Amino acid sequence: MNLAVRDIRHSLGRFILTTIGVGMLLMIVMGMGGIYRGLVDDALVVTRGVGADLWIVQRNTRGPFAEVSRLPRSVVDRVGAVPGVTDAREFVFHTIQREHRGQPLRMGVLGLGWPSDKGEGLPLVAGGPLVHNHYEMIADETLGLALGERVRLGKETYTVVGITRGMVSSGGDGLASFTSRDAQAIQFDEPGESTRLEREARGARAAEIDFGRTQPPVLERAAGLSGGIAALPGPAISAVIARMAPGADAAVVVGTIRGWSDVAVYTGAEQEDLLLKGSVDRARRQILLFRVLLTIISAVIMALIIYTLTLEKLHPIALLKLIGAPNHTIVGLILQQSLIMGALAYGIGYLIGQRLFPLFPRRVLVTGDDLLRLAGIVLVISVVGSLLGIWKAMRVAPNEAIG
Amino acid sequence: MPPTGERHGAGETLALETEGLTKVYGSGHTEVVALRDATMRVRRGEIVALLGPSGAGKSTFLLCVGLINPPTRGRVAIGGRPVVDGHEMLADLRRFRRENIGFVFQKSNLIPFLNAVENVQVVGELIGRRPAVARRRAMELLDALGVGPRAFNMPTQLSGGEQQRVTVARALANQPSLILADEPTAALDSERGRQVMVLFREVAHQHGTGVIVVTHDHRALDVFDTIYEMEDGLLKPAGMALPQVK
Repeated sequence: MNLAVRDIRHSLGRFILTTIGVGMLLMIVMGMGGIYRGLVDDALVVTRGVGADLWIVQRNTRGPFAEVSRLPRSVVDRVGAVPGVTDAREFVFHTIQREHRGQPLRMGVLGLGWPSDKGEGLPLVAGGPLVHNHYEMIADETLGLALGERVRLGKETYTVVGITRGMVSSGGDGLASFTSRDAQAIQFDEPGESTRLEREARGARAAEIDFGRTQPPVLERAAGLSGGIAALPGPAISAVIARMAPGADAAVVVGTIRGWSDVAVYTGAEQEDLLLKGSVDRARRQILLFRVLLTIISAVIMALIIYTLTLEKLHPIALLKLIGAPNHTIVGLILQQSLIMGALAYGIGYLIGQRLFPLFPRRVLVTGDDLLRLAGIVLVISVVGSLLGIWKAMRVAPNEAIG
Repeated sequence: MPPTGERHGAGETLALETEGLTKVYGSGHTEVVALRDATMRVRRGEIVALLGPSGAGKSTFLLCVGLINPPTRGRVAIGGRPVVDGHEMLADLRRFRRENIGFVFQKSNLIPFLNAVENVQVVGELIGRRPAVARRRAMELLDALGVGPRAFNMPTQLSGGEQQRVTVARALANQPSLILADEPTAALDSERGRQVMVLFREVAHQHGTGVIVVTHDHRALDVFDTIYEMEDGLLKPAGMALPQVK
């Protein structure tokens, strides 16, 4: 006869309510783990999605995910010419917040090296890749944009041609992919008045120097389009991403690029490491600590619940001792109850979490490994939590059943 | 005669034999002698009443022979087997209790989360019977004691008399050599109290079990084979003068 099950049956309502309470607590532990994993996974979505072997960024910076990195577009060609590199592309990434349909629209802008990269590798769930060089975008579903929807960004309007799933930045903002030209246009967009004032200022500066005064075409050019002035650099890109040929020696390629004094180079793994140790590190550690704390709190609460349940059973336990029940029968009663509560609470926590987590604004990624680890922790908590109750039960004398 | 488990009379094994049973609580100036040199012999099938005022040491005697609270000195043999000899425990007391002694108390003392039949069945399972066998035996006992129809009721759904019958069934479930009952009728009216006493007599005679009943109820003394009295920790057969307390 299973005494633990009989006791649960006797006070079923209270046991269920208690188990639901513990289950909710475990659901939060699961959720914190999921938020932690989601944060890490989101942070790596772009770097993994791009699939670059090497990241070439502005010298003395940690790359576009950690800080502002600006490189001239010409670096793409330089990297492409390095032996062992099969493909080099510009990488543009920045975050914007604009207004759309009267609501703030915050997104990570990702520039694709169109036409070699039209976004075919993105996790598309609707629509398709970028067909044209301009005015098209692929939006993540978290941005709430529909296929065919037109979005005004700066002076241009972009049409949503594709929808992705799971493409978010390390900050949790949905990503929108454009051609790198469009991404730069969005990044460096200035109001017309600002452009006019800049041209006026340039004209005035040219008029004050001899060269400008003696060369009227120079003066005229200085006050014209910035793109027409050879001395002015074109819009900067955030980084250059490169793929290496199969069998190429990464150390040699990295060594070659590292010799250039204007850039820094990181492997894909180094870039991921920088990302995790940089922008998301504190949030990651904070959530991890909170998760550890919650696990300890769950253990304490479960121990107290089992202890309280045991206190309520002291008389029957004394009676069992009186009729000669061995200690293992009494230990089994308490331990099995604790394990049943732990297992049911875990299941309840999992089921509630499955329904609640998708409603969270940020991704909650509950992995199989984490679930297995938590199951192990719950098992340990159940055993450890019951120790206090078992200790109390072992101290009960059989004659307490008589008094 | 020392309680060595030897046969009593013509080849008869005693259900209980105690010799010089003494229980002392505390020490020095707080020392209380609750039981003094108590000697008792109970035959199988004999029902014994133990009378005495409150604080006389009756419950202490039951706790000592029930192996719940071992004596400070003295010897105990149950069912012919020596269990306690002075300070020495000659058996695993809890195991011996589970296999050889049945208890009935003033309050019914049923396990609240088990129904009537499970309360009896649990004893059978504790002594190693298979659940189905223990269950069948429990049902037989409940039927024999007239509470078979209430077998699946929880203790709170039973009357005081029914609860006490289930407790008696539980005490019999391990086919004990000895049943110890501490004021089993205190919570019952006189009619039901007498029924329970008669039940003990039937149990003792039918099952060959020695039964010791602590009672204040003098109206049912006619059901007992032997009557003992206790006062100030001293035990004597009824009608005999108590020995001088030193």
